[in-house]
Amino acid sequence: MCTYILRRMVSAIAVMAMVGIFIFVLLRLAPGDPAAIMAGRNATAEAIAGIREQLGLNEPLPVQFMLWVSSMLHGDFGTSIFSGRPVFELVLQRLEPTLSLSLMTLALSVTLGVSLGVLAAWRAGGLLDRTLTLFATLGYSVPVFVVGYFLVYLLAIGAGWLPVQGYVQIENGLGGWFAHLVLPTVTLSLPYIALIARITRASMLEVLSEDYMRTAAAKGASAYAMLVHHALKNAGVPILTVVGLSFAYLIGGVVLTETVFNIPGVGRMVVDAVNSRDYPIIQSVLIMVSGLYVLINLAVDLAYTLIDPRIRY
Amino acid sequence: MLVLAGGGLLMLLVVLAVAAPLYAGDPEALDPFIRLQPPSGEHWLGTDNLGRDVLARTIYGARISLIVGLMSAFLAAIAGLTIGIIAGYLRSFDNLIMRVMDALMSIPTFLLAIALISLTGPGIGILIFAVALPETPSVSRLVRSVVLSVRERPYVQAAICGGARLPKVMLRHILPSTFAALMVQSATVCASAIMTEAGLSFLGVGVPPEIPSWGNMIASSRLYLATAPLTVLAPGVFLAITVLAVNLLGDGLRDLFDPRSRSR
Repeated sequence: MCTYILRRMVSAIAVMAMVGIFIFVLLRLAPGDPAAIMAGRNATAEAIAGIREQLGLNEPLPVQFMLWVSSMLHGDFGTSIFSGRPVFELVLQRLEPTLSLSLMTLALSVTLGVSLGVLAAWRAGGLLDRTLTLFATLGYSVPVFVVGYFLVYLLAIGAGWLPVQGYVQIENGLGGWFAHLVLPTVTLSLPYIALIARITRASMLEVLSEDYMRTAAAKGASAYAMLVHHALKNAGVPILTVVGLSFAYLIGGVVLTETVFNIPGVGRMVVDAVNSRDYPIIQSVLIMVSGLYVLINLAVDLAYTLIDPRIRY
Repeated sequence: MLVLAGGGLLMLLVVLAVAAPLYAGDPEALDPFIRLQPPSGEHWLGTDNLGRDVLARTIYGARISLIVGLMSAFLAAIAGLTIGIIAGYLRSFDNLIMRVMDALMSIPTFLLAIALISLTGPGIGILIFAVALPETPSVSRLVRSVVLSVRERPYVQAAICGGARLPKVMLRHILPSTFAALMVQSATVCASAIMTEAGLSFLGVGVPPEIPSWGNMIASSRLYLATAPLTVLAPGVFLAITVLAVNLLGDGLRDLFDPRSRSR
């Protein structure tokens, strides 16, 4: 077990290193000079040369890469051009709204997605199943910002039940915080509920055809006990996998949702950075989020043994 | 059934988009005197904040979505196919190639595209590249898994024993068996590419703002959602229908090629 954990961690570090090389090479080879972008449209040649020098862009590429990696290992993720503050600090400041939105989305979509998936598998082929499958296909076909504006028009502008946009920090009142997060959470959750429901249904159907399910039914187990105690537990691994893998997709959704609802989170910060040509922010958030993805999927891999004792390493 | 529904809807959208100049009117025509009009006989879906016809712009917007979606899917399919066949057949490269694909999968599509386009400036070419690149690993993984199962089949072994050279084994005997899985996966990639393009354009890092695309339209009309909802909802609904059509086509193809999956 310990050797397995160790081996997985080493391979996660290897993937991280490769991610770093990838991002570095792609962004350096892309036509376009970060120094010229940061200097702005009307910059003089000297100003651009100054920024190039400051960023170390005149060094050979391998040297640049080593400098970049070593500063990240020391916790230095670059400095924002616009505000002159460390990017890491800026991210921490913006973390609360993004974390609130992501965790509420995760909670809502796992609860609803798994429940709907179990229901659909229970009544496979029936009307309920077909309706849910149709809604699942719809759910991941409508982009989050379209759903967002549709809900805003219907529930916020039309009915006036919920705030149109904005964010209230937790310490300024739990009610306001929650009210401002309802629409964004529902918006961002929709494709996830669809995805998780679909995987849950497929995974449940596989388990329901096992011999031990027939045994449980023969022993007189109730439908609830069969579905939840016997089947869902065994259907857990694919569900967990999809939750982990869809994290990369969640990030894109967070950026769009924060823009639609004007939430001052990390996603909004990236979009603002594009407009203010604050290139270090974009590059650093990209590498931080990729690192987080590797860590989350490492955790998911290790969690397999907890939910399924048959998996031994 | 699904193939017909999805494919038919998609064909209809392609015809509408290609034939746009014949019937749709000018998407660029400005008229400041008729800003943000509700639907009328002359402007079926009303006008936007610059007095442009929403219907004409929405129809022209389909062109961008379809071009980016289809080209990205094509590019990712070709790249994924090549990488997948090499990784699946030449086992000595397998581990390295698949670890590189793992790394590529860890980079969030959306942020990578934002970073690339903020460097190069908006453009359709870079957009297609930025959308196709992160989709390549999923295609190559799938192709590799098919190749791994096919390469042990007797007919491939027979071809090798018969003296067929490596390129011939790959192209004649292995390549065709990957097509079914490849087509299903390409539909998924296409749907996701259309959504990514719209999302990037919505954020202002997609196609250049002067081109009418659905993401651009929603971005420039979002402030008028309360007064002229159709300026936002019309491109939104078309976007959703297009993605739905591609997804239905993909689901239908999967049922067709793999009848066992239908109950799942």
